Amino acid sequence: MSLITENLVVLNLDSPDRHAATRVLAQALADEGRVTDLDGFLADVRRREEQMPTGLPGGIGIPHARSAHVTEPTLAFGRAPQGIDWGAEDGPATLIFLIAAPEGGGDDHLKILAALARRLMRTEFRESLMNAPDAAAVVDVVTREVVNP
Amino acid sequence: MKFVGVTSCPTGIAHTYMAAEGLEQAAKAAGHTIEVETQGSAGFDKLSPETIAAADAVVFAVGVPVRERARFAGKPTIEADVKKAISDGPGLIAQAVAAAEAAAASPTAAQAGSPAPPSGGLVTKVDQHASTGNRIRQWLMTGVSYMIPFVAAGGILIALGFMVAQLAGGKNGAIVVTKLYSLTGPPDPNPTHIVNIVTDFNPADGMHWAALLFLVGAASFSFLVPILSGFIAFAIADRPGLAPGIVGGFIAATIGAGFLGGIVTGFIGGFVALWISRWKVPKGVRGVMPVVVIPLTSVFITGALIIVVLGRPLKALSDGLASWLNGLTGSNLILLGVILGLMMAFDMGGPVNKVAYTFATTGLAAAAVATTGTSLQIMAAVMAAGMTPPLGLALATTIRRHLFSEAERENGQAAWLLGASFITEGAIPFAAADPLRVIPSCMLGSGVTGGLVMLFGSTLRAPHGGIWVTPLIGNPLLYLLAIAIGTVITAAAVIALKAAGPGPVKTELDAGGLAEVVVS
Repeated sequence: MSLITENLVVLNLDSPDRHAATRVLAQALADEGRVTDLDGFLADVRRREEQMPTGLPGGIGIPHARSAHVTEPTLAFGRAPQGIDWGAEDGPATLIFLIAAPEGGGDDHLKILAALARRLMRTEFRESLMNAPDAAAVVDVVTREVVNP
Repeated sequence: MKFVGVTSCPTGIAHTYMAAEGLEQAAKAAGHTIEVETQGSAGFDKLSPETIAAADAVVFAVGVPVRERARFAGKPTIEADVKKAISDGPGLIAQAVAAAEAAAASPTAAQAGSPAPPSGGLVTKVDQHASTGNRIRQWLMTGVSYMIPFVAAGGILIALGFMVAQLAGGKNGAIVVTKLYSLTGPPDPNPTHIVNIVTDFNPADGMHWAALLFLVGAASFSFLVPILSGFIAFAIADRPGLAPGIVGGFIAATIGAGFLGGIVTGFIGGFVALWISRWKVPKGVRGVMPVVVIPLTSVFITGALIIVVLGRPLKALSDGLASWLNGLTGSNLILLGVILGLMMAFDMGGPVNKVAYTFATTGLAAAAVATTGTSLQIMAAVMAAGMTPPLGLALATTIRRHLFSEAERENGQAAWLLGASFITEGAIPFAAADPLRVIPSCMLGSGVTGGLVMLFGSTLRAPHGGIWVTPLIGNPLLYLLAIAIGTVITAAAVIALKAAGPGPVKTELDAGGLAEVVVS
């Protein structure tokens, strides 16, 4: 199974706030069968978000959770051209990465998420996601950079 | 320069790795190298001891406490929130360079663990993002997780001692083993001969083996309060907290303040050490701060405070309780059973518990000649009420595993045996970690059990021993029923309170991490 599919890419995320935006991306995860209980998963993400907002400098938000309602490590990606406040000090987020990890972990599965997190720190990676023309291109970038580097 | 780092975050799937990448990029850009240990959910590959030894400084960019932190002791250390490494990796690397250079200029401080970093304000244990409540819980959990091995070892050894004594010494064996054996002193010339087990150990005598188990267990138990207190202080103030915390805890145990007193001494010791280690001192004094000034002043201030603050009120409390109880004797027996039960569970070996227990055992001595009587019933109620706290918590960890941390679940297994052996201390790790929910639950179950034992009219001639002295109990079946009811009530109450309260997930995370420190 793949880390991300075209159905898990939302290129025009125009939700009013981060919770609504998270719900849109989580719905995509549920539709793809990656999340079994939408509200349960959202509650897990929210609990993590309340410990400390996941917005980061450079306009990215990385809502994430390890949750019993997740079937396999998955990324849902959203691009919000107008920006959504994600609690970062330097302004709203335009690239949103909703990272879903299954509860039982500690194995090789989760290493792919570690690789993803490391790529998020690379400017070129962010730029190619920012400039990707369509969902297929996003999936392509993630697969090339994270899954088969 | 060469650096090592550790990154971690609450979930362990994103920030941990981003922070590692941030530090690596920043180090590379500045012409240094750094090896980062990512303590995330994909497990972690430990840095080799050689790598750590070769590092000029250590960078902790963490959202949860560093696992196996002791590996890095003595290195110049920068500690920051995990987000700092993501947003400002170059800034952290610059701080690490400064710390390494400062340590090279003043080697004494670095070797002693650098609790007072020369460049000021770099080392902090306080998680800026955690609420006060969470921080208090982290401190308590640190103390508890280091205490658990002492509880488990001591409790099980004592229980085994009772079992062997029961086999070797007959139905009074479990009583004899607590009284007639010692590690010190000459044989007692008094009517009952005290055996010095060090000089007179006889491998052919089963009772000697029972006493050996019992005495080693008792030695382990004597560390409960000092270790709890010491590592609460350690969590607050890092290494400087250990000495005042342990000494304060020992004094608390000596003056009979129990584990609640140990929590108080842990906090006092920790904050005193933290305060002193932040003193701004002249350069010449800095070198001797960690080895002389901080230990000397923090231990004295803490010890003196404990004696003055806790000593007198405790004495007044136990005197007051004792005379109150004596006034109650003869009045409604069931009410007396309930009150004794509540007292047994209130502090599990502290002053209140001790008054109830002493009240029962002195009554027992007075009733030595009587055949029946309330004294024997009081002893029965007190022992039953002292058994239900660990039993109830053991039951709760068995049927609602997710409400407890990994360390607590493991402790719950041992608590069955400890409760059955009337070792109330088996409940202390739970009570110390979450006193406001665990203590009332234990009191509820123990109060009911104490009242029921009185109602059923069970009697007991032994001052200790749990189920191992069942042959000495009058009305044993109803007695066990009363214990079972109290156990279920305590378990139900603790489950209800924990399920209703906030944040079991967070606690689990912390305890899990800390427990690994302890076992590894």
